[in-house]
Amino acid sequence: MTAPVASTAPPPSAASGSFLSKLEIDARMLGMLAALAVIWIGFDLLSGGVFLTPRNLWNLSVQTASVAIMATGMVLVIVTRNIDLSVGAILGVVGMIIGVAQVQWLPAYLGLEHPLTAPLVVVLAMAVGGSIGLFQGWLIAYLSIPSFIVTLGGLLVWRGAAWWVTTGQTVAPMDTRFKAFGGGVEGALGATTTWVIAAVACGLIIIALGFSRRRRLRFGFPVRPGWADAVIAALACGIVLTAAALANAYPLPAGTARRWAEANGIAWPEGGLFIPHGVALPVLIAIVVGLVMTFIATRRRFGRYVFAIGGNPEAAELSGINTRWTLMKVFGLMGLLCGISACISTARLNAATNAAGTLDELYVIASAVIGGTSLAGGVGTIAGAMLGALVMQSLQSGMVLLGVDTPLQNIVVGAVLVLAVWVDSLYRRRIK
Amino acid sequence: MPTNGTTPLVEMRNISIAFGGIKAVDGVSVDLRPGEVVGLLGHNGAGKSTLIKILSGAYKPDAGEIYVNGEHADISTPRDAKRYGIETIYQTLALADNIDAAGNIFLGREVLTPYGTLDDATMEAETRKVMARLNPHFRRFKEPVKALSGGQRQSVAIARAIYFNARVLIMDEPTAALGPAETQQVADLVLQLKKEGIGIFLISHDIHDVFGLADRVSVMKNGKLVGSANVQDVTQDEVLGMIILGKCPAGATPGPGAS
Repeated sequence: MTAPVASTAPPPSAASGSFLSKLEIDARMLGMLAALAVIWIGFDLLSGGVFLTPRNLWNLSVQTASVAIMATGMVLVIVTRNIDLSVGAILGVVGMIIGVAQVQWLPAYLGLEHPLTAPLVVVLAMAVGGSIGLFQGWLIAYLSIPSFIVTLGGLLVWRGAAWWVTTGQTVAPMDTRFKAFGGGVEGALGATTTWVIAAVACGLIIIALGFSRRRRLRFGFPVRPGWADAVIAALACGIVLTAAALANAYPLPAGTARRWAEANGIAWPEGGLFIPHGVALPVLIAIVVGLVMTFIATRRRFGRYVFAIGGNPEAAELSGINTRWTLMKVFGLMGLLCGISACISTARLNAATNAAGTLDELYVIASAVIGGTSLAGGVGTIAGAMLGALVMQSLQSGMVLLGVDTPLQNIVVGAVLVLAVWVDSLYRRRIK
Repeated sequence: MPTNGTTPLVEMRNISIAFGGIKAVDGVSVDLRPGEVVGLLGHNGAGKSTLIKILSGAYKPDAGEIYVNGEHADISTPRDAKRYGIETIYQTLALADNIDAAGNIFLGREVLTPYGTLDDATMEAETRKVMARLNPHFRRFKEPVKALSGGQRQSVAIARAIYFNARVLIMDEPTAALGPAETQQVADLVLQLKKEGIGIFLISHDIHDVFGLADRVSVMKNGKLVGSANVQDVTQDEVLGMIILGKCPAGATPGPGAS
C-alpha cells in the first residue's frame, strides 16, 4: 500500500519551509486559502470592485451557511468510506414539514407568531432529520446495504415525501422569529453583539492555545516556539476581528433602517443612519456547528472511531469498536445537520417548497472533497470542508455577479471540482 | 498430553467452525499454560488463523468451549477476549493507517479526561513509555502509522497487545514481514514475556521460527488437529511430516486429524 519511509526522513511539513513547519500550519489548508484568495481577487478585478465589498461578502457568508453545515457531516460520512446522496432530499422533506408545522399545526395550538414557534420548529427539524438519518444509517450498518444505494433510494423517497406533505403546494410565509435563521434583516445580529462574539472568540482562541501548550509542557513533550504560538494567536484573532469589522461595515438598507429607527423612537436624521448588519445568525450557527463538529471529530472517542473505521474497518472491528453503531450515529448526525440546514434555507426563502435543497447533495459532497476529504476514506477535516463550501459558493456568486449564464456556471463549477481533486491527489503523492 | 500440573491459562476444547459448508476448524483442542509458548503450525489454509480468531473473539465458533483459568469463558466479540486478558497481534497488524501510534495502541480503550474528551497527552506519554521498551529509536509519535516502516508498525501492534497487561498473547505470523534484526527483536521479546508468565500462542508456517521459541507445538491440517508434542520429544523432520503428511510420530500425542 504505502512504501515504508526511513525513520530519518524529515516529517512532511518540513518540506514547505521551516517557518511554516514551526507554525505547524497545514500546507493543504494554506493552499486552499490561497485558491480562495485568487478567486476573490480575480472576481473583484473582473467585476470592477464589487466582489470584495462588505455587502457581497456578507451575502456570500449567508449563502454558504446551509451547504457548509451539511458539509461538516459529509466529512464524517465520507471518512467512513460511505456517501450520502440524500442530504438535499432530506433537507427538502424536513423543510416542508417544518413549513407546515409553523403555518398550520403549531398555530392551531399556540396561535400565530407565538414566541415558542421558532424554537419548537428547530427542535422538530433536528428530530425529523436525525431520525431519517438514523434510519438510513441502520439500513447501511445493520442490514449491510451499500450507503450509495440506501441514500440513492433516499434521494427519491424523501424528495417524493417532500411533495407528499402538501401535495406540492408551497407553504409561505414563515414565522417572523423563525425568519431570523435565514439571515436577512431579521437574522442580522447587529454591531454590538458581533463585537462581543468576536471578543469572546479571541479570548477563547488565546485560552485554548495556552491550555494546550501548558498541557504539552507538563508531559515534557516538544512544543512550538513561543513566537509561533503568538503568531498563530495573532493570525486567528486578526481573522475573527476582520470578519466582525466586515460584517459591521455593511449597513441596513435605508428603508429598513428607518423603520427600525422609528420603532426604537430614534429621530431619522437628514443623511440617514448607518446601522450595521453585524454577523448573520445562519453564519454564526454554521461557525458554531463547525466548532462543535471539529470537537466531536478530534476530541471525542466517537470521532476517533469514525477515523479508525475509515482507515481500516477490520482493525476497528478487531479493536472492539462497535463499528455498526458508530456508522449508524454518523448518518444520524448527518440527518440532524440536514435538519439545521433545512431551517436556514426555509427561513431564507421565507417559504417551504418541495424543490428546496435540489442538487444540494452534489454541492455538499463537492465541498467536502474540495476541502480535502478523501473518497478512499480515513482522511478529512471539518474546517477544510467548510472552506470548500466557501470556495464553491464564491465561484457561484462571483459568476452571478458577472452575469455568467447558469449553464456556463455549472460547467465551471464542475470543472473546478475535477481540477481541485486532481491537484490534491498530486499534492498527496508528492508528500508521500 | 503432557502436563506440568498447573491449570491451563487457556483451553480450547473441540472447537469447530464452518464457512459455507467447509469446515475450517473441525473439533480442535489446544491448551496453553502460564509462561509457555505453544507453536501452532500448519500449511496456509490449515485453519490456524481461524482457530486463533475464535480465541480473539473475531469469529464465534459453531461448537466447542473455551476455558480461561479452568473456568468457562464466553467470548463472542474482540472486547470479550480482551476482558479475559487475551491480546492478539494479527498477521495484518490490524492498524488504522491514518491514525498515530498512540491512537492505535489505545484504539477502543481510549484514556479520557474528566470531561469525557480524549486524553491525548496521557496516551502519548504512555505510548512513549511502552515504545521506549520495545523500540527505543522510535520518534514518530505524531505521524499516522502509514508513514512508518514495517518494523515500526510491528512494534506499534506489539505495544498495543502488551500494554494492557495481557495474560495470553496470540502472535499470528509475527515475523513474516520483518528483516533478520527485527525478527531477532521479536524473538527476544517473546522470551522476555514468557519470563513474565505470559502464555503465548505463536502461529507460523515457518517451522524454524517456532522450534527456537516454542515449548510445545500443535500441528493442524485441513482444519483438524494432527497432534501435539513437546519440542524436545520430536525432531523437526517429524514435525514437518505432521504438517505435510498428517503423520503423527511416536513422541507426539495424536489428534483426530492424524492419518
